[in-house]
Amino acid sequence: MPEWKSICHIDDIPRLGSRVVRPKNGGSGEPGTGGDNADRGEGGEGGDIALFRTSSDEVFALRDRCPHKGGPLSQGMVHGNQVTCPLHGWKLRLDSGEAVAPDQGCARRYPVRIESGTVFLEI
Amino acid sequence: MSKKKLVMVGNGMAGVRTLEELLKIAPDEYEITVFGAEPHPNYNRILLSPVLAGEMTIQDIILNDHQWYTDNGIRLHLGKTVNRIDRVKRRVIADDGTEESYDRLLLATGSNPFMLPIPGNDLPGVISYRDIADTDAMIDAAKRYRHAVVIGGGLLGLEAANGLKLRGMDVTVVHLADWLLERQLDETAGRMLQKSLEGRGLKFLLGKQTEALVAGESGRVAAIRLKDGLQIPADLVVMAVGIRPNIALAESAGIYCNRGIVVNDTMQTYDPKVYAVGECVAHRGIAYGLVAPLFEQGKVAANHLGNYGIGRYTGSVTSTKLKVTGIDLFSAGDFFGGKDSEEIILNDAAGGVYKKLVIQDNKLVGGVLYGDTADGPWYYQLLRDGQDIHEIRDHLLFGQSHVGDVGHQGHSKAAAMADSAEVCGCNGVSKGTIVKSIKENGLFTLDDIKKHTKAASSCGSCAGLCEQILSATIGGAYTPAASNRKPVCGCTEFSHQEVRDAIRQQPLLSIGETMRFMEWTTPDGCDKCRPALNYYLISTWPKQAKDDPRSRLINERAHANIQKDGTYSVVPRMWGGLTTSAELRRIADVAEKYQVPTIKVTGGQRIDLLGIRKDDLIGVWKDLDMPSGHAYGKSIRTVKTCVGAEHCRFGTQLAMDMGVKLEKMLFDMYAPHKVKLAVSGCPRNCAEAGIKDVGVIGVDSGYELYVGGNGGIKTEVAQFFVKVGSDEEVMEYAGAFLQLYREEAFYLERTCHYLERVGLDHAKSRVVDDEENRKALHGRLLAELKDAKDPWAERIAGVEKNEYETLAV
Ligand code: SRM
Ligand SMILES: Cc1cc2nc3c(=O)[nH]c(=O)nc-3n(C[C@H](O)[C@H](O)[C@H](O)COP(=O)(O)OP(=O)(O)OC[C@H]3O[C@@H](n4cnc5c(N)ncnc54)[C@H](O)[C@@H]3O)c2cc1C
Ligand code: SF4
Ligand code: FES
Repeated sequence: MPEWKSICHIDDIPRLGSRVVRPKNGGSGEPGTGGDNADRGEGGEGGDIALFRTSSDEVFALRDRCPHKGGPLSQGMVHGNQVTCPLHGWKLRLDSGEAVAPDQGCARRYPVRIESGTVFLEI
Repeated sequence: MSKKKLVMVGNGMAGVRTLEELLKIAPDEYEITVFGAEPHPNYNRILLSPVLAGEMTIQDIILNDHQWYTDNGIRLHLGKTVNRIDRVKRRVIADDGTEESYDRLLLATGSNPFMLPIPGNDLPGVISYRDIADTDAMIDAAKRYRHAVVIGGGLLGLEAANGLKLRGMDVTVVHLADWLLERQLDETAGRMLQKSLEGRGLKFLLGKQTEALVAGESGRVAAIRLKDGLQIPADLVVMAVGIRPNIALAESAGIYCNRGIVVNDTMQTYDPKVYAVGECVAHRGIAYGLVAPLFEQGKVAANHLGNYGIGRYTGSVTSTKLKVTGIDLFSAGDFFGGKDSEEIILNDAAGGVYKKLVIQDNKLVGGVLYGDTADGPWYYQLLRDGQDIHEIRDHLLFGQSHVGDVGHQGHSKAAAMADSAEVCGCNGVSKGTIVKSIKENGLFTLDDIKKHTKAASSCGSCAGLCEQILSATIGGAYTPAASNRKPVCGCTEFSHQEVRDAIRQQPLLSIGETMRFMEWTTPDGCDKCRPALNYYLISTWPKQAKDDPRSRLINERAHANIQKDGTYSVVPRMWGGLTTSAELRRIADVAEKYQVPTIKVTGGQRIDLLGIRKDDLIGVWKDLDMPSGHAYGKSIRTVKTCVGAEHCRFGTQLAMDMGVKLEKMLFDMYAPHKVKLAVSGCPRNCAEAGIKDVGVIGVDSGYELYVGGNGGIKTEVAQFFVKVGSDEEVMEYAGAFLQLYREEAFYLERTCHYLERVGLDHAKSRVVDDEENRKALHGRLLAELKDAKDPWAERIAGVEKNEYETLAV
């Protein structure tokens, strides 16, 4: 059952930046790696989560794995409501996880809640 | 507040492009209504020729289907011709009585084909070639009749003739001038074209004037009679003798017109509420008949309609291509030349290749290519840029692959490639995919291709090839933007130069401030413009502007190279490629401690530890206790050296020592792109100084300096810069040259690209010839690098700590 977990303070995430959240017991793959060698079971639970903060201080969470070839999205550049994957430049929408055309694919999205500055993630 | 009303008359290519531009920048400004006399939504008129030739269908060439109008809330009146404008009450009235009122009116009525004023010009079977209806009429006639005569041997006439011939008709082209395409080609190329079209079965009557069209028994045209008395059978006559801007509507409303509807540089007519774009306008006395300039006009008009008020249209240089499959022909600019111009000509009649370039004041002013047009877009770019070509004059005629920057695929000929051939090696995009996308999505620019197909969006080495495919597919409609005017990215209209200038002149000190001042269209820019802005700010105001880690791509932010599996590689600096047993021991220890899967000697004379987890980076750096090699940065990379006079029996200079001194001087120098140097101890050049940004070669009497070499995507041999006598001079000249590059180059221009743009002479005049300036440049570089810090040491000390820590839950 997913439950809300307190993660960090919003200021722990740089504006237009991101942090990597690593669930302790969720991951089935190598920690610290996000690419195509990281076998974390397609679509399954667990693995790193990328937490993004936009310029307007919205926070979004996506699975840290690009639908293209598994690039770690947390390492990408944030602009508007999108992140550009660091490996081959796909752009993904933070609010839906969907790739921006012409690319097609989707990274799993996690619900985020902010209460008096503390960021909660439903995982 | 209710929206203002915009009415557009004329639902063609220029008008609808203007609406697209307007919707992009000011989607909520207007309630839009469009009148189109034709019963079709906007289609790609220039592709009527492939339709006639049977290569495409009408469906393929629709640019904006009905859904597009609906999606954008545009009210569309099709099949209605507006025949009155009431400027006092601000409304337009169509032939069926439909009325619409406007706050702003956009006229885009295009042009009308000119019909020769000769007897019989209104007979059934006599048509022009302008729209879908004409095309359908030709396709239909080809099924039922045999003899076609096309009057006019211009682009349109030849495309019509070719199409009719392919559809089985017997076609004769009657042309007034002495050779075909007399406005686009000189006589030699015109004759070559005629020969190859004759080879396809077309017949030509040149230097002939038509006197009358003669009706047959059925009342349909049956023959054409020439001034010299010759009469030939004709069941179909296509008049393609020119077009006239369609100004009747504007004139009847009292809007000032001469050749066309007269507009100023903002595309406004004499009535400030009325704008006009496209073939119907006369701008500075010129009415254009190709889409590329019309699109530029549309962009400007949209900018003003959208109340931005910044763009100006200042006219265009156009180029032409004939869209007859299998015939390659290109011309641009003033290719006849005058008494002050020079010509370079290649005339291989047997091989079917003819090239003529016209040069004036060391600039390309015009050109004609026949048979091999692969370099057309490149010449066109040189022409539009007004680039000084005297340095490349020797190779100019042989094309870009001999001088330029198209990358490894630039020389293959787009037209000859099979559809299945791979164009973009990075993203696996074939020629067929690109051509299909150009046609189906109505693409007109390289950026469009990048967006829709991903081709040329990675390493960019296939950009030249994509441009060739584009120009082969859409003909003269393709106009590369003059490179000094290319926008930085989709977030702005401004070019790199304009952004650089604004940052210096205003002055602007932060990314946010720059984006606000220059009216960026996206909230935070994108991964293309932000790194560029960051570089321009910190290189223009080194002590004042603050570096923004969030505007650096991952490698530069993490100070390591990301790998395909998300791990990182670590390349510590080994000055001049030199190391010690202690360093090697530490590297070995680190490799064991962190279980580094791969240890490799790089192409840059040092050691790479690959496959390191991000959260181990700080520990690895600490244990290595070596400075960063900046193998990840748009910055100084390596100074490669050979063993030099220190050991080598041929060495004339101490290459290792010189290399280490240079590398220490440049430590932590960020730049528009990466910078690599090499020092060889003698002309045998074992350090490969000939392909480095700065190459130093020891000779008996001192050192030779070379600049602008590149061993990457497209190998570029460095050019001789200067010969100097001492180590100090090497540092001063090399440092000054690199500082000039840092201050003037555009982001992601390597030194070779920078020099190609500004010319080697420019760099020499600033560095070699001007001692004072050289010392000033070198001084600025040293001042900036004086407090250079090792980024790894800083991070070990806690800078940007967040970057390396994961949040465990
Ligand atoms: C490690 C190394 C290959 C090796 O194992 O030898 C290497 C690795 C990469 N090169 Fe390189 N290049 C390496 C030497 C070279 C050389 C040879 C040299 O420096 O003598 C060249 C040609 C010389 C030149 O640059 O003029 C070279 C031309 C490129 C280019 C094309 C640059 C160009 O202007 O055309 C790129 C792409 C780019 O920079 O945009 C590139 C990009 C890359 C990147 C950084 C790709 C990337 O962005 O991730 C590679 C990182 C791989 C990784 O997973 O870490 N690498 N690369 C070499 C590191 C040298 C060093 O010690 O710093
Ligand atoms: C066969 C052919 C091949 C071509 N090939 C090339 C090429 O290779 N490269 C190139 O650059 N250019 C080419 N052109 C030229 C190019 O198509 C034109 O320059 C371009 O279409 C002009 O755009 P426009 O919007 O000004 O006019 P149009 O596209 O002609 O649009 C004007 C529209 O307005 C409508 N209209 C006019 N008056 C009224 C009114 N009063 N009320 C309502 N509607 C009205 C017309 O019916 C028409 O649909 C070619 C043209 C043709 C015909
Ligand atoms: S190291 Fe360089 S040449 Fe090798 S795959 Fe990577 S970018 Fe290409
Ligand atoms: S892995 Fe993200 S773009 Fe390729």
